[in-house]
Amino acid sequence: MAQEILKIKELKKYFRIGKNKQGPIYVRAVDGVNFAVKEGETFGLVGETGSGKSTLAYTVIGMYRPTAGEILFREKSIGMEASKRPLALKKDMQIVFQDPGSSLNPRRNIRQILSVPLKLHRQIRHDQMDEVIVELLQKVELPPDYMYKSPPSIGGGEKQMVAIARALAPDPSLIVLDEPTSALDVSVQAKIITKLIDLQKEVNLTYLFITHDLSLMRNVASRIAIMYLGKICELASAVEFFQKPLHPYTRMLLSSVPVVSEEEESLRPKKIISTGEIPSPVNIPTGCSFHLRCPEKAAVCSKDDPEMREMSPGHFVRCHQFPTNLVESSHSDAELLKDSH
Amino acid sequence: MTENLILNIKDLHVWYRVFGGYLKVLDGVNFTVGKGEKVGLVGETGCGKTTTMKAILRILPEKDSHIPEGEILFKGKDTLKMRGGELQRVRSQGIAMIFQDPTAALNPVFTIGTQIQDVIKYSLASHKEHKEPKGAPKKEKELVRDIAMRVLKEVSLPDQARMLHNYPIQLSGGMRQRVCISMAITTQRDLLIADEPGTSLDVTIQDQILRLLRELVEEKGTSIILITHSLGVARELTDRIYVMYAGTMVEVARAKELFAHPLHPYTLGLLASVPKISGGGIAAGIPGRIPNYLNPPPGCRFHPRCLKAMPICSQQKPAFYEVESGHQVACFLYKR
Repeated sequence: MAQEILKIKELKKYFRIGKNKQGPIYVRAVDGVNFAVKEGETFGLVGETGSGKSTLAYTVIGMYRPTAGEILFREKSIGMEASKRPLALKKDMQIVFQDPGSSLNPRRNIRQILSVPLKLHRQIRHDQMDEVIVELLQKVELPPDYMYKSPPSIGGGEKQMVAIARALAPDPSLIVLDEPTSALDVSVQAKIITKLIDLQKEVNLTYLFITHDLSLMRNVASRIAIMYLGKICELASAVEFFQKPLHPYTRMLLSSVPVVSEEEESLRPKKIISTGEIPSPVNIPTGCSFHLRCPEKAAVCSKDDPEMREMSPGHFVRCHQFPTNLVESSHSDAELLKDSH
Repeated sequence: MTENLILNIKDLHVWYRVFGGYLKVLDGVNFTVGKGEKVGLVGETGCGKTTTMKAILRILPEKDSHIPEGEILFKGKDTLKMRGGELQRVRSQGIAMIFQDPTAALNPVFTIGTQIQDVIKYSLASHKEHKEPKGAPKKEKELVRDIAMRVLKEVSLPDQARMLHNYPIQLSGGMRQRVCISMAITTQRDLLIADEPGTSLDVTIQDQILRLLRELVEEKGTSIILITHSLGVARELTDRIYVMYAGTMVEVARAKELFAHPLHPYTLGLLASVPKISGGGIAAGIPGRIPNYLNPPPGCRFHPRCLKAMPICSQQKPAFYEVESGHQVACFLYKR
């Protein structure tokens, strides 16, 4: 079995937004998340706006310090701010943001943008710089003369390719992709995704892929976790996830996905009419956080928070409909989850 | 057939004036909407979907746009030739538009109630064909408030009386979009234009909004044009779909037919690029990018990116060839 490159244990990230008589008020953006990413895989993290998926990504990359819990990268704890992380660690973890229009400096040309990580992490000398940059641009299929263009003068898809080249520059082993294609058209998205998959095969990269697009996940990720209000409610392999979705929220999401063929329509679970909206993470409902929108809720749902159970090897779900483990916990994820409860 | 058409766009050209010439954005768009029909307009960013719709309502920037050719017949009358009052009546009673970003469409410094009631007052005033006197009588104020409450109820927003006093910032994205929809249904319209109504929202909320739109138009018998870049969304809601590329219509067919037998190389490429929930990976997309409108390619505008391009494609603009009844393609591959 492939080694675990990133392990997240009971991670919490709260933001203080004020206080009242009862004490400080927090936004509980990430509220106890456990999972592990294996080397060379694409781990998909899916959730609606406000589910905490981006906060989780930023905490992993070191933009925030976790409130509680642990992040282990290659067995080493990295739960500190980015400024305190060793340089070698920063070199190993890179991020691609959602909007390349705002993540690339419009005043700098692409050569300048790409030379920063090369100088910092790979100590490339000035006279070799052009050669290395051309090589990098080739990797993402951009012509060498793009070196002297500035981001606003190229298309959205090409900008995202530059952002990917920048993430690749220090030769990382893990790249966090925070909705890399949601601002782009499908034909451009297809191009970028194919490129990302090729690159992964070439240099054995690991991706933590964050998106709200389930059908994209099906084609990219090997395992998928669904987040709702800062917690994971279902985690399974991509195939199983779409064939046997268990959690009512997962089924609601899947039945809302717009599809383009009859074949796909037959794969969708029975229509669950979606009602309501994701509540504010300031006032998380008691019990199961999904119970307000759940069409199959029972009395227990508003009182107790369900625990994560393993229903088949590698398939975890957190719902009162599945009260017992069906699998002897031998799997590494199961151990991880067991420690925490 | 022609009498049943609510909207009939014939050979529409729209140019934008920029430094160095004209951007020839729309190049002969033909588009029809029947009574009570749900039509989808699908295309990628920058293909001219929104320009077409803005031309219908004449809300293009007046100084910088130029319409050299074309007719937009709304219920048999050309909106391009309308002036003043007549055009305002079309806007207030004939056609309503829902914009993509509800946050930008609502004014942040006025309450929801003020904004909805303004729309109602305006359409009531133009209905009576005279200007409203200052300080409307109390009876009318109540009437306006009642209509506002009713439309908010129709879009299933809770607690309507309190909702009227809320500011847009107090509502979530989905609720704001519902407010925008409620403004569009204040009077019985003939045509609703929804410009990417769910794009900025989550899938479950998008699903709710699309369901709401479908219920509203089916109940009231309104025609709807759904503009979207997502083929999946168009498939969920519409009867007939137009596929647009670089300011030209490339294919039109009934929704079922289009997904069962897509014909145009662009439609094929687009469909292959959509990730499927049945898996099987993603195709490599369409090579190249949308052309520069300052000097658009001659002939078929898709030919530089087309894998099946022939010599004729760069010389002549393809006409619409009817392959089956109602299924038309602008491509020389299907010329008979």
